[in-house]
Amino acid sequence: MFAFIVRRIIQAIIVMLVIGLVGFVIQHQIGDPVRDLVGERVTPAERAVIRDRLGLNDPAYIQYFRFVKNACQGDLGFSFFYKKPALEVIVSKAPATIELVIVTAIILVVVSIPAGIYSAIYPKSWISRIIMAASTIGVAMPVFLTAIALIYFFGVELNWLPSYGRGETVSIWGWESGFFTLDGLTHLILPSISLSTIMLPLFIRLVRAEMMEVLETEYIKFAWAKGLHRRRVWYLHAFKNTLLPVITVFGVQVGILFAFTILTETVFQWQGMGFMFLEAVERSDTSLLVAYLVLVGVIFVVVNTIVDIVYGLVNPMVRIAGAK
Amino acid sequence: MASFSVLLILVCISLLAPVIAPYNTYDTATFDIMDAETPPSWMAGGSEMFMLGTDIQGRDLLSTMIYGLRISLLIGVGAVFFQALVGIAVGLISGYLGGRLDSLLMRLADIQFSIPYLIVAIFASAIFKLAFGIGRYEDLAVVLLIIIIGLSQWPHYARTVRASVLGEKNKEYVEAARVIGISNRQIMLRHILPNTMTPVLVISTIQVANAIMSEAALSFLGLGMPITKPSLGSLIRAGFEYIFSGSWWITFFPGVLLVIVVLVILLLGDWLRDVLNPKLYKG
Repeated sequence: MFAFIVRRIIQAIIVMLVIGLVGFVIQHQIGDPVRDLVGERVTPAERAVIRDRLGLNDPAYIQYFRFVKNACQGDLGFSFFYKKPALEVIVSKAPATIELVIVTAIILVVVSIPAGIYSAIYPKSWISRIIMAASTIGVAMPVFLTAIALIYFFGVELNWLPSYGRGETVSIWGWESGFFTLDGLTHLILPSISLSTIMLPLFIRLVRAEMMEVLETEYIKFAWAKGLHRRRVWYLHAFKNTLLPVITVFGVQVGILFAFTILTETVFQWQGMGFMFLEAVERSDTSLLVAYLVLVGVIFVVVNTIVDIVYGLVNPMVRIAGAK
Repeated sequence: MASFSVLLILVCISLLAPVIAPYNTYDTATFDIMDAETPPSWMAGGSEMFMLGTDIQGRDLLSTMIYGLRISLLIGVGAVFFQALVGIAVGLISGYLGGRLDSLLMRLADIQFSIPYLIVAIFASAIFKLAFGIGRYEDLAVVLLIIIIGLSQWPHYARTVRASVLGEKNKEYVEAARVIGISNRQIMLRHILPNTMTPVLVISTIQVANAIMSEAALSFLGLGMPITKPSLGSLIRAGFEYIFSGSWWITFFPGVLLVIVVLVILLLGDWLRDVLNPKLYKG
């Protein structure tokens, strides 16, 4: 067991180092750190001095070590557009994205589990067929299209919900939260619905498939034979065993959700990390790019590793298979 | 089967684009910016010259959509060819030769798997854009997009092929071939590869749909096809800014076309999977 955890952690560290290498190569080749620091209006002679002082004339591997050391201490470079350290910029934008992801996750759980269970228990009913058809179309429809459609119907035509921005936010110990104002909450609705449509089809189908498989097992048949009340059979006995694969898939998909926030935030002008990343691309602000890559890489790797370890704890087959 | 016929019609339309489309949208002499934002012909203010209206530069929307469909399909299929080429090669070598090469390649694939493919694609296109400069990027956009989307998804193919190869490697016909003295390369290419094609075919159709959606997403973000040679994603992006002023058709029609194309390919993939392997249950 312990060996399994250690192996996963080592793999995580290797992935982080690779991501760090990619980030370093980007910053080294494409960015211009001198310009990042002092802007355009500096003479070449002064630039040469600054380059020397910053250690930019050292060999590549020394610079790489310095990069990794700085990254571990939290110094990810300086954004020339915001005139602030890159990490500070990202941390100030992170609450927006994190709140969006939280609300989306809640929507996913609240909608997909009942829908999946229902369509597993009554697969032939017309509601189930509608759910499955909608989920197939949902897979085909890209998230930005759903977002635009939602904006058009609820924002432009009906004018019920606001279509861009975050609304009023309340600052709680530096965390700009939209949860505590009605305005902020209404602004949260459309983006999180759009973001959830990416994952809803997958989760509904997953819950449905798992539930249908569990309902065929011997011990469920025994429960029916014992004469237990049907709700007890469904919710207490069957459902608990569908949870495990769902949780592990959910853990992985959280990372993908973060990736798709880039698309959603663009449509809704949501001032989060994804939108910041796109602006950094347009402005060639490489420090922010690299900082985003490193931060998002850390999040994925940590989430994946935790999910793998939890799965290994619960499912012994995984540990044995990996030990060969 | 309906989906197959719809797909066939769409492919034919896109191949015959220069013949069918009412206007040639790449020739800047044929459109006039004064025509911009005309509504579809059945609405007030529309004209019969432009069946589905015009976009923000005065191009006929129907023609632009047909050309855009062509580009989207081209990039989708091209990217899948590229992924398949790289993935199958890596999977074959890794599975057949085994050993440390296998561990190294699979470790590489795992690392790439742990990062969502969209992020890989967005980063690759951002880097290419910064490295090439915007002008050169737009010229090479189709090729670069094929490479980018191909690079983001090859691990999927590599893993699938490797799993098949590992299964085939221990069968007797491989042993017989080795005994006769056929070279490794011959064995991999002519004996094992044909038997691994079934799963490859199944994932290929779904990957085409994925590639088309990735390309649309990249174009929507501005990292894909430029507005002068638009694909369906770029059209949606162009139209998005005009939704608030009421020109909904610029986004609507390309969007509907995109959803139809992807849906049809997905349904085809599902049908193919059922036909080729009835034991695999639908998840």
